[in-house]
Amino acid sequence: MFELIGIPPQALFGQLLLGVINGAFYAMLSLGLAIIFGLLNIINFAHGAQYMLGALVSWMLLDYLGGSYWWALLLAPVTVGVSGVILERVLISRLYHLDHLYGLLLTFGLALIIQGLARNYYGISGLPYAIPPELSGGQNLGFMFLPNYRGWVVIASLVVCLATWFVIEKTRFGAYLRAATENPTLVGAFGINVPRMITLTYGFGVALAAFAGVLAAPIYSVNPNMGADIIIVVFAVVVIGGMGSILGSIVTGFGLGIVEGLARVFYPEGSAMMIFVIMAIVLLVKPTGLFGRTA
Amino acid sequence: MTIAVEATNDPLSVNHASGTMPVTHRVVFLLLILLSLIAPFFVYPVFLMKVMCFALFACSLNLLLGFGGLMSFGHAAYFGGAAYVAAHVAKVWETTPEVAILLGTLSSTVLGLAIGSLAIRRQGIYFAMVTLAFAQMVFFGALQFPFTGGEDGIQNVPRGDLFGLFSLRSDFSLYFVVLVISFGGFLAIYRIIHSPFGLVLKAIRENEVRAVSLGYQVNHYKLIVFVLSATLAGLAGATKTIVFQLASLTDVHWSMSGEAVLMTLIGGMGTVFGPVVGAAVIVTMQDYLASLGAWVTVIQGCIFVISVLLFREGIVGLIAKVLRRPL
Amino acid sequence: MSEEALATAPKSAETSAPLLAVRGLEAWYGESHVLHGIDIDVRRGEVVTLLGRNGAGKTTTLKSIMGILPKRKGSVVFEGKELMHLPARWIARAGIAFCPEERGIFSSLSVQENLMLPPKVKPGGLSVEHIFTLFPNLKERLSSQGTKLSGGEQQMLAIGRILRTGANLLLLDEPTEGLAPVIVQQIGRTIAQLKQQGFTIVLVEQNFHFASSVADRHYIVEQGETVDMIENSDLERNIGKLHAYLGV
Repeated sequence: MFELIGIPPQALFGQLLLGVINGAFYAMLSLGLAIIFGLLNIINFAHGAQYMLGALVSWMLLDYLGGSYWWALLLAPVTVGVSGVILERVLISRLYHLDHLYGLLLTFGLALIIQGLARNYYGISGLPYAIPPELSGGQNLGFMFLPNYRGWVVIASLVVCLATWFVIEKTRFGAYLRAATENPTLVGAFGINVPRMITLTYGFGVALAAFAGVLAAPIYSVNPNMGADIIIVVFAVVVIGGMGSILGSIVTGFGLGIVEGLARVFYPEGSAMMIFVIMAIVLLVKPTGLFGRTA
Repeated sequence: MTIAVEATNDPLSVNHASGTMPVTHRVVFLLLILLSLIAPFFVYPVFLMKVMCFALFACSLNLLLGFGGLMSFGHAAYFGGAAYVAAHVAKVWETTPEVAILLGTLSSTVLGLAIGSLAIRRQGIYFAMVTLAFAQMVFFGALQFPFTGGEDGIQNVPRGDLFGLFSLRSDFSLYFVVLVISFGGFLAIYRIIHSPFGLVLKAIRENEVRAVSLGYQVNHYKLIVFVLSATLAGLAGATKTIVFQLASLTDVHWSMSGEAVLMTLIGGMGTVFGPVVGAAVIVTMQDYLASLGAWVTVIQGCIFVISVLLFREGIVGLIAKVLRRPL
Repeated sequence: MSEEALATAPKSAETSAPLLAVRGLEAWYGESHVLHGIDIDVRRGEVVTLLGRNGAGKTTTLKSIMGILPKRKGSVVFEGKELMHLPARWIARAGIAFCPEERGIFSSLSVQENLMLPPKVKPGGLSVEHIFTLFPNLKERLSSQGTKLSGGEQQMLAIGRILRTGANLLLLDEPTEGLAPVIVQQIGRTIAQLKQQGFTIVLVEQNFHFASSVADRHYIVEQGETVDMIENSDLERNIGKLHAYLGV
């Protein structure tokens, strides 16, 4: 077979696929962070922990109750989403009148608690989660071998991201959400229940993180630290993209995953640094982020 | 960004930009010095040195957060970065400990200048995320660079002889060196806070727009306080390396940044003495609860949550409120 | 309100209960006490203005009636129901709508979305077609971004969107501010038409000539208090007094 600049295409496309998969997780997580930030004005540091919880709930569902992957795909986001609703009502909502930093500190504390508890009960070695039988195997595309499950992750994440975009940009509820992001007081003065919208938004954002966690479980094993590792990279993704645009979050997430994949092919030593280097460049050139609006 | 610092806004607060220290501060300083002179005779010196290093680390963050109003969530980068450099210098270059500490500290100055000049381009919550992300980059660097020893870190760093003259192998003699370093750092912070520069910082923290309209180069001030803070965090990290003869990934991990924030928060953001108390509390807790493993993380998380919800002034902030004196 | 002002108030105000009755309204921005005692009666179908100098508390009065300010006391009775302790969204649901001074057009929403945003709170709101006959400009710009409209069009959108909801009391905060005279006239005609439709309107105005062309009565607000009330029909007689209040 032909080679591209000395790289065998199998390796190139393999890394690209891995990049797209990572990008899918970046996109889903940064999308949730952006929606939550838009309405609550806090950065949800617990987002990584809630992503991990999604994976952990799937594992528990399978191990304790024999519930399949498909049940997990439904139940884990619902469980984590409901826990998010409770967290918002009981704890986070007490901070809205304070500096946004306190929200960051509170959710950082929550992340420590969730991760610490998971480490206590499940260790740090990682719990294996098998690919569901319906999605085992793969397709030979000629230029590369595509495992079915990875193809599914790409499709499922794209569908979820685009559905979220559709709801926010094209529906009446989305219009409420966008309006409340701009001026919650006025939206409340129109008779809309903004506090309930804030609660539901937080619940939805963390449910999205949990959904990503379920998708991730068969790829990476279920590990209490999986969220902490990814969330800081997602913060960099969010700084690069800016949190003003839903579509921007999705594009930035997938785009950076692909760039990282390419970096692994051409300069593997620096691939882990790639996103941070891009963040530095973006801060120099366009500090508000690629899709950010000037404040 | 406005962080409640009731204590420093107290009407009884003396304007001591001129260099005179209020009586309450003198008393606390004297008590601290007395305490630290007596303590090594009763308490294990290594534990005390750990408290002092972390107190300096937390104070450096407090300089930035409490007095500069800038939330760095990546201070482990300067603490841990300096720890690695000091370890490398002392072990591979076989220098005396003061040179290792100095070079480690300087490396943090440089790193702080690089990261700070980028981070100050964003405000508020983005600033916190940017500093955290760059710190993670330093973490990946520590994992990959050839000289850092990967997962093992740099172990068996020699304590060496101070100025090539005084052996620091005994905990007791090292204790007094660490005491001088941490008090020196602490006094430097005290001077910075109460200098004209510190007053401008306060003005920027309270109303950045107004400070700009008064003609202050706000970004210069932010960058300077960032670099000073990074330098002092580096001093703390480098000193810690000499004490424990070790630089490891723990030092640059994000949880270390979180610990500095926790110490500052629980002691009292924007108070002079708060981070010292916060560091003492957290280090003591970690020491007593070390056998509990991951529960320590859970407890720290709970302290975060409780402090943010119910106890935002912190221990010293609360005492200052009761005494009606800035502490 | 002064004794004299009460004496000049028409008898019908006492006999038929007003649609909106504000008594002893006080409000705070943080620690600063900005309203000290606002008393206003608005009868069904009336157009009433609040006049006063800058910073007298007119906008704050509207915001307090709407429940937007967290710290307030006194009494606001609308259609016989006390609203004082309700959150803004319930006050909106009772049938009061607010059009803020800065217009509050959402930049992330299209004109259409801005127009359709406020939910219906009662039956009896205007149809969208009816709103387009009042403000024909809006119809052609439906898919534009809300804040891409001209100032006048944004004001029409801000008024138009609260006509759909069925709210029967409209609180308009300086609807003519910064607009060209021809637009001000159009807004004046609109207010007259809305009055005919049966809407009750409380208007904050700096433009005294505009106010006198649309309103039935004027309340004078000074340093957070209502100090006087003048019937529009008595305006000629009170013009000297009014100039003294407004400092023109």
